[in-house]
Amino acid sequence: MEPIIQLTREPLDRDALVAAVSHPSVGGIVVFEGVVRDNARGKNVRYLEYDVYEEMARQQIATIIEEARQRWSLEHVAVAHRFGRLEIGEASVIIVVATPHRAEAFEACRYLIDTLKSTVPIWKKEVATNGEEWVEG
Amino acid sequence: MIISQKKICYTLDMKIKIRYFASFRELIGQGEELLTVADATRVVDIRALLVERNPRLQPIMERSVNALNHRYVPAETVLHENDELVFIPPTGGGQ
Repeated sequence: MEPIIQLTREPLDRDALVAAVSHPSVGGIVVFEGVVRDNARGKNVRYLEYDVYEEMARQQIATIIEEARQRWSLEHVAVAHRFGRLEIGEASVIIVVATPHRAEAFEACRYLIDTLKSTVPIWKKEVATNGEEWVEG
Repeated sequence: MIISQKKICYTLDMKIKIRYFASFRELIGQGEELLTVADATRVVDIRALLVERNPRLQPIMERSVNALNHRYVPAETVLHENDELVFIPPTGGGQ
C-alpha cells in the first residue's frame, strides 16, 4: 500500500491515521505523536510556529519511508506533520507504523521520527515569553 | 565553460528561483525571488552573492545546506535555467 504522507495546517487526526494503516495482516501498530511542550531549555514557551518546504518535505518523507521499507517488513505507514502556529499540547507530528510483528514496528517508527527530524526540511520556531528563535538540532 | 559553436547566444544569462524558509525568510523579508545570473553559476556563487548583499545572512548561511530542485546537493553544483534553489538551515528540534 502507498504510504500516507500528510502536510497540513489543520489539526492532525490520530484516529484516522491509525484506521488508515489497520489491516487484517497487521500484528502490531506503533504510534509516535510529537506534542508541543510549554518549556524548552529553561524558557516558557507560549506557542510554536512550524515552517515547511512542502514539495521537498513530501519527497524526503517518501524517501525515508522507502529506506525503512528496505530494512523492516512494513505493511503500512502514515506520516503526518502539521505546520503554521501550534498551541501547547497540540500534536505537531504523528507517525504510525503497522507491521506483522511488534519489534520492527518500534524500530521502524524510531527510525522514521529520528530521520525525519534530521533530513526533512521542516523548521520549528519557539515563541517564548522572553523572545523567539528558530530551533536547530 | 563549453558553448556550442552552432548555438547563437544573445545572452549567457539565466533565471533561477530562490525560495526562503524559516530564518532566511525572516532575515530577507520575502519568501522567494528570481535572480538573473551568468551561465555556469554555481550554488556556492549564489551563497557568496547573498551574503555580500546582506551580511546578516552569514551565520545562518554557514550552518545551511543546499537543495536544488528538491534534492540536497553540494555547493559546487552548477545551476541551470529555471532551477529552484533553497538554502536549508538546520532542521530538527526536540530529542
